[in-house]
Amino acid sequence: MSDVGISSIAGYLPRLRLSKKTVAQANSWIAPNLMGKGKGTRSMANWDEDSVTMSVEAIRRVLGKDDDRSHVDSLFFASTTMPFVDRLNSGIIRAALTLEESTECIDISSTLKSGTTALIQALDKVKSGGSDYSIVSASDKRKARSASSQELDFGDGAVAIAVDNENLIAKYINSSSLSIDFIDHFRQPNEEFDYNWEERWIRDEGYLKIVPKAIVELFSKANISGSDIDYFILPSVFPRVDQMIAKKCGINPENVVDNLALSTGDTGSAHSLLMFASILEKANPGEKVLISSFGGGSDAILFEITDNIKNYKPEQTIESLLNNGIEENNYMKYLTFNDLVKWEKGMRGEQDRKTALTTLYRHNDAIMGLVGGKCTKTGTIQYPASPISVSPNSPDLNTQEPYKFAEKKAKILSWSADYLSFSVNPPNHYGVVDFEEGGRIMVDFTDIEKGDIDSGMDVKMVFRVKIVDEIRGFTRYFWKAIPV
Amino acid sequence: MATGIRDKVAILGMGCSKFGERWDASPEDLMVESYVEAMEDAGIEPNQLDAAWFSHHIDDIGAGKGGTPMSIALRLPNIAVTRVENYCASGSEAFRGAVYAVAAGAADIAIAVGMEKLKDTGFGGLSPTNYGTLTPQIGPSGSAPGNFAQLASAYRAKHGVSAEDLKRAIAHVSVKSHANGAKNPKAHLQKEVTEEQVLNAPMIAEPLGLFDCCGVSDGAAAAIVTTPEIAKSLGKGNIISVKALQLAVSNGLENQHNSWDGSYFHTVRVAAKKAYAEANITKPREQVSMMEVHDCFSVTELVTMEDLFISEEGNAVKDVMDGFYDADGKVPCQIDGGLKCFGHPIGASGLRMLYEMYLQLQGRAGERQLSNPSIGLTHNLGGQPANNVCSIAIIGALDS
Repeated sequence: MSDVGISSIAGYLPRLRLSKKTVAQANSWIAPNLMGKGKGTRSMANWDEDSVTMSVEAIRRVLGKDDDRSHVDSLFFASTTMPFVDRLNSGIIRAALTLEESTECIDISSTLKSGTTALIQALDKVKSGGSDYSIVSASDKRKARSASSQELDFGDGAVAIAVDNENLIAKYINSSSLSIDFIDHFRQPNEEFDYNWEERWIRDEGYLKIVPKAIVELFSKANISGSDIDYFILPSVFPRVDQMIAKKCGINPENVVDNLALSTGDTGSAHSLLMFASILEKANPGEKVLISSFGGGSDAILFEITDNIKNYKPEQTIESLLNNGIEENNYMKYLTFNDLVKWEKGMRGEQDRKTALTTLYRHNDAIMGLVGGKCTKTGTIQYPASPISVSPNSPDLNTQEPYKFAEKKAKILSWSADYLSFSVNPPNHYGVVDFEEGGRIMVDFTDIEKGDIDSGMDVKMVFRVKIVDEIRGFTRYFWKAIPV
Repeated sequence: MATGIRDKVAILGMGCSKFGERWDASPEDLMVESYVEAMEDAGIEPNQLDAAWFSHHIDDIGAGKGGTPMSIALRLPNIAVTRVENYCASGSEAFRGAVYAVAAGAADIAIAVGMEKLKDTGFGGLSPTNYGTLTPQIGPSGSAPGNFAQLASAYRAKHGVSAEDLKRAIAHVSVKSHANGAKNPKAHLQKEVTEEQVLNAPMIAEPLGLFDCCGVSDGAAAAIVTTPEIAKSLGKGNIISVKALQLAVSNGLENQHNSWDGSYFHTVRVAAKKAYAEANITKPREQVSMMEVHDCFSVTELVTMEDLFISEEGNAVKDVMDGFYDADGKVPCQIDGGLKCFGHPIGASGLRMLYEMYLQLQGRAGERQLSNPSIGLTHNLGGQPANNVCSIAIIGALDS
């Protein structure tokens, strides 16, 4: 049987990093106990990002710009903050990425270890021959009450992994998985926030007892010991709990991987795998990586780095992801983006945003996948496709074949920054962008500030939330442009 | 080959309500105000009307759908009333319907009334428009100023105009319209403004500030048309006839094809060429006496000067700054204050433009009367630069 493992991995972090000091100071009058957590930053999603959009961006980095994605035959999406309780969230991702309809899409949720659980499932699927190439993506955008510990501990982010049977950079050795109904926190449907139990109990009875149990079982299966581990990954918001578990399991405490608490915060379901991505840039062939996670039990997965790591050149390293953030010192912006304050949206914010689901399905490739048309007679590229081509002087009927815009570069033709129309992040920037091979779309711009764009500037497309229909609880997605 | 509309139809009478924030007036009041003036001007009775066209853009407020709001408000004698809608060019559409009915011989006398009651929406600007079920899912959730403002970025990039120079030129456009509007008792805004005020106004959509945007108003306007022969038989002198009526509609090229550069109105150029040919105008810069254009935003007016072939391409900034379009310039533009100051009750605007040209040609424009104008052009645009309808009408003295 051939080896299975990982051939590619990529992270996605939102552009903004909220200063924890700003948050702690703003809340110090009511929560002075949190001042100690006021160090570093946490990643902060834009208002138009959620776990699905962040996953789409992470997966795009794994798949690259090739329009042919037919090799992806399964997709696992893990999150505790899926936008829909009943609508296949991985199906949204499939549509955005224009994966084949036959790509098996699976949502794995309800626990912070869903990321590692999804990875184990994908590894087993490829190992058993049930899939040749599987994508695993984990993502979370968790809400927390203002002036809570979680607000400072959490971060928003996503990760994507290609589970493969060739070109492996990390070979899968073995895994263990425990399911234990230990309730450190919980959240029922329609609840915005977690309810948390006492931290000391969670640490002593939860992490320190349950995580080692899974690790010991894995060591036994793989016939190794703690001293064989070169990288130990365990996300935890409790200081030094990773060190204590390493010690307990015979792992050199120096091999504990930094949990990114001071840069991204804890990205929930994504975090174990995001930390995994962060070490691959410096790992050497033969080194062993132990990935652990905690939540409703514990997972432990063992990988061995292969020789291919020497030639592994990711599109964007985690280090550059971490360094490319922009510090945000406007706490009110964070509260507004996350709908944590009642803010005046004006009459234009009242507009009914009902989405015609019939239209959405009829134009599913165009709306979700940004697929337009290319005229087979004149070569004219257009968005959206139409029965009669837009070619001047050649209005050919039914000559268009699907043409994918999402990975094509574009330039800004015209733009404005609009203070009148409703926007969660005014001014509302939008304009016409022309694509490198032809075709144009009038789009929203996102991840920019006033003065950031002008005509002629290079942009690329990103998948984002277009609007949220608050009356019906529906999130509408579309593509927007951001500066390259 | 169509012979065109030139001199086949005469304007028998026109009327226009006071435009503005008409908190006191209902849609019916506005229609009646314009209708009574037009009927008195025409000197006819209701039973002489053969057919009617009613233009009204926003149907979920104001008067509602269909032809009945007009027929009921004016108590018309059960004649045909057709409601038309073509974005902000709806008023010109009503006029076209009435003019073509007369030219076809289907009606001896026809009336067009345009009305909009915008100040019942609760919005400061225009209320959001319905664009069907697909466009909201793929288009930006923008506004009219944001869409028109994009002309500025594309125009600057194409012609190498600095942001400051363009801002100053479009400011001059608004200063001029305010100066004109101050002499118009029916205008919504009747106050002059300085260039400094315009430049320092709150930003609405880069680079358009508050004074770069037209007034959002209530109002109605009406036109009664007939054949020149009937006009003469009714004892009318100084007859004003229709010289050209053209409508060009986007087919998606601007929005979807890379050949459009975003800095001009494709439809305006198409409609203008056809209108000049229909009116037998070969040198518009010399032959057009005056214009009412669709200055929904100052930058719209600026680029329209080129699209109507009055200013050469890339030269509008210079012409505007030279005062070419001022009241004392070679081709006065927006002599009644334009959409900017007379106001923009959408369904009425095309007819309001014709009303001013008609008054000027008859020498009845009071304090703002120009000396001996012979040809008046109206340019009524609906939609937005990347997707629009453009209606152009040219009127003048019969047989001129």
